[in-house]
Amino acid sequence: MTRTLLTGNAAAAWGARLAEADYVPAFPITPQTEIIELLAEWMQRGAMAGRIVMLESEHSMLTAAGAAAATGVRVFTATSSQGLLYAMEMLYTVAGWRVPLVLVNVSRGLAAPITLEPDHNDVLAVRDSGFLQFHCATCQEALDGVLLAYRLAEDARVRLPVMVNMDGFYLSFTREPVRLPEPEQVRRFLPPFDPETLYFRAGAPRSQGVAVLGGAQYSYFRYEAHLASLGALRVFEEAAAEFARLFGRSYAPLETFHTADAEFAFVMLGAFATKAKQAVLRLREAGWRIGLVRPRLLRPFPAQALVEALGGLRGIAVIDQNLSTGMGGVLCSEIGAALLRAGARPVVAGYVGGLGGRDIPVEEFFEMARETKAAAEAGRCPPTRLLYTEEELRQTRALQAIAMAE
Amino acid sequence: MSTVIATQAVAKPNPMANLDELVEQYGRVPAEHFRYCPGCGLGMAQSALMRAFQRLQIDMSQVAGAGGSGCYSIMGHYLNMGVLHGGHGRGAAMATGMKLANPHLTVVNLQGDGDSLSIGGNHTIHAARRNIDVTVVMFNNFGYGDTGGQYGATTPKGSFTETSPYGMPEEPFDACKLMIGAGATFVARSTVYHAVHLTKVLAEAIAWKGFSFVEVMQHCHVLWGKRNGMPKATDMLNYYRDNSVFSTPNLKREEQEGKFVLGVLHKQARPEFTEEYAKIRKLAAARAGGQGLSPLNTGGAV
Ligand SMILES: Cc1ncc(C[n+]2csc(CCOP(=O)(O)OP(=O)(O)O)c2C)c(N)n1
Ligand code: SF4
Ligand SMILES: [Mg+2]
Repeated sequence: MTRTLLTGNAAAAWGARLAEADYVPAFPITPQTEIIELLAEWMQRGAMAGRIVMLESEHSMLTAAGAAAATGVRVFTATSSQGLLYAMEMLYTVAGWRVPLVLVNVSRGLAAPITLEPDHNDVLAVRDSGFLQFHCATCQEALDGVLLAYRLAEDARVRLPVMVNMDGFYLSFTREPVRLPEPEQVRRFLPPFDPETLYFRAGAPRSQGVAVLGGAQYSYFRYEAHLASLGALRVFEEAAAEFARLFGRSYAPLETFHTADAEFAFVMLGAFATKAKQAVLRLREAGWRIGLVRPRLLRPFPAQALVEALGGLRGIAVIDQNLSTGMGGVLCSEIGAALLRAGARPVVAGYVGGLGGRDIPVEEFFEMARETKAAAEAGRCPPTRLLYTEEELRQTRALQAIAMAE
Repeated sequence: MSTVIATQAVAKPNPMANLDELVEQYGRVPAEHFRYCPGCGLGMAQSALMRAFQRLQIDMSQVAGAGGSGCYSIMGHYLNMGVLHGGHGRGAAMATGMKLANPHLTVVNLQGDGDSLSIGGNHTIHAARRNIDVTVVMFNNFGYGDTGGQYGATTPKGSFTETSPYGMPEEPFDACKLMIGAGATFVARSTVYHAVHLTKVLAEAIAWKGFSFVEVMQHCHVLWGKRNGMPKATDMLNYYRDNSVFSTPNLKREEQEGKFVLGVLHKQARPEFTEEYAKIRKLAAARAGGQGLSPLNTGGAV
């Protein structure tokens, strides 16, 4: 094992390299492109045995990926934002084909307006496609997440494609120390893909991806995929246990930080949660009993684990780096529903922040903690709030004034 | 159809026309944060485009611009026209929508080679097939500039890019042949080195009734040039100078081999789509006794 400095993108590329992916269809988009550039270099030089080709769009890229995976080879691909949405049609299709490829999405806000910077509306827009979702907060997790994703995807009990998500810029372009596992050890964790139930073979005529004759069959196959996704929670825990044994790093479906004695918690996805950790430590110094819960798995949704971690708290602040317009934050709705169904009633305060790469400074976490506590004392869930300062509003208005004057 | 172009009154090109005046009238170029790299062919292409507008004495208030994503796409905002900046590759579809809804407008669709030939190839060939009266100006810089120089559908075979560090393995498109095949009624190619020629073909394309396509060879010395032994803008301008031939009826096949063939490569008038569509509507209205189409008539399509 070696320790080296890698960006989140490079770590994800190393994940694909160590997984010995056979085929990588690719298409550039910021902030993901570094991943496919690294793989192109490695594959063309022969450092990786697999093959790579630039397709003419993400739609063709996902189509090629799904079709290649249906022939029983290990497929890797990556995209971001508009690219993920452009591939949307095929995301549902390849998930329906039950082919186990891994796609890294480097989150970036969606147009319009156009931005290069991150939020989670891209990955959440494809939430219901059938892909499992693993969300990373560190570069190490990006590498390990790809390895875990293959284990999960290829398990005969799951057989669904997996998306590994990381925040653009904040993680994709940040260098962190990463432990590179030895290829031999990775092969033990992730043996060559055995496609057993993937039947597509030249010379063995079988039709795949056919239409069904009505709602009964359609419902059956969709629900089968749902059950496989739910079952993936157990498979993940098994795989994570073996991963911990082999590599010494543990990955639960939820990361919990100072929750054992907590009365309050922040809940959020992705790399911005490292900011929440900093806030938790500072608040604890000031006497608060507060923690952080960060789902790594979003699909399957770790409802039970979330209820266990959050159900007994007085209040939680869910910070969504996404906006379901006309509703609020997606994570907040999902967690609220899970708690309600379990009969657990902490006060839930919803925040929308970090859209289009906007920072969430530590002071805003303090403010959210104060508001959540006040809401718990009042026994009422407050309306969702956008994290936005008066200064930001003033600057935006000033720019608008310039635009109007021109 | 009303046209805002004074087609007859084409002014003689004046290469000495004061650039400041040109920019004042046809451009909206910022004093700071100018986005093209120094020496990029896009600046030269933009100046040719502004001169083409000037030659045609176009009323810029009647020009609508559509664009997708790429280094070039800021050009839409640097021109004195209404512009909609859409998704990567979607320009020709946007232009189709704009033109059909507003047949009186002059619609110019700026595209990257990536937009036009890769992710948005479908839209471009169908706009050509319909012969809708829009002008596609495609900037060919041998690949994807905005994402940092990966290979695309125009990258010369064997050349080096960020995703083909050991040589691009695929054959590129000949964009003009593709457009001719798709039904474009005006197809031309020029380079930023041949600025006067470029201006002339751009003006002709904009004035053309029907789908017109101009391939502008626009160097990217910063990405493609640097990786292929031409790191300076002048290297690439010389490359265009030394590797181009003008199309003539007698140009032999071997004279075209490995060269950029410049000029108006195809020009063949054909009924224009918005006008054909207007005729069909008139016909349908007459059949329905002046009542027009029933709102429920979907033509069987779902
Ligand atoms: C659906 C989608 N996929 C990928 C991208 C990323 N992207 C932005 S610009 C670009 C390439 C631009 O190339 P080209 O059209 O040739 O313009 P150039 O930058 O070379 O001027 C790409 C791939 C995107 N914006 N949207
Ligand atoms: S990267 Fe290339 S195409 Fe883009 S602005 Fe710079 S020189 Fe021009
Ligand atoms: Mg280009």
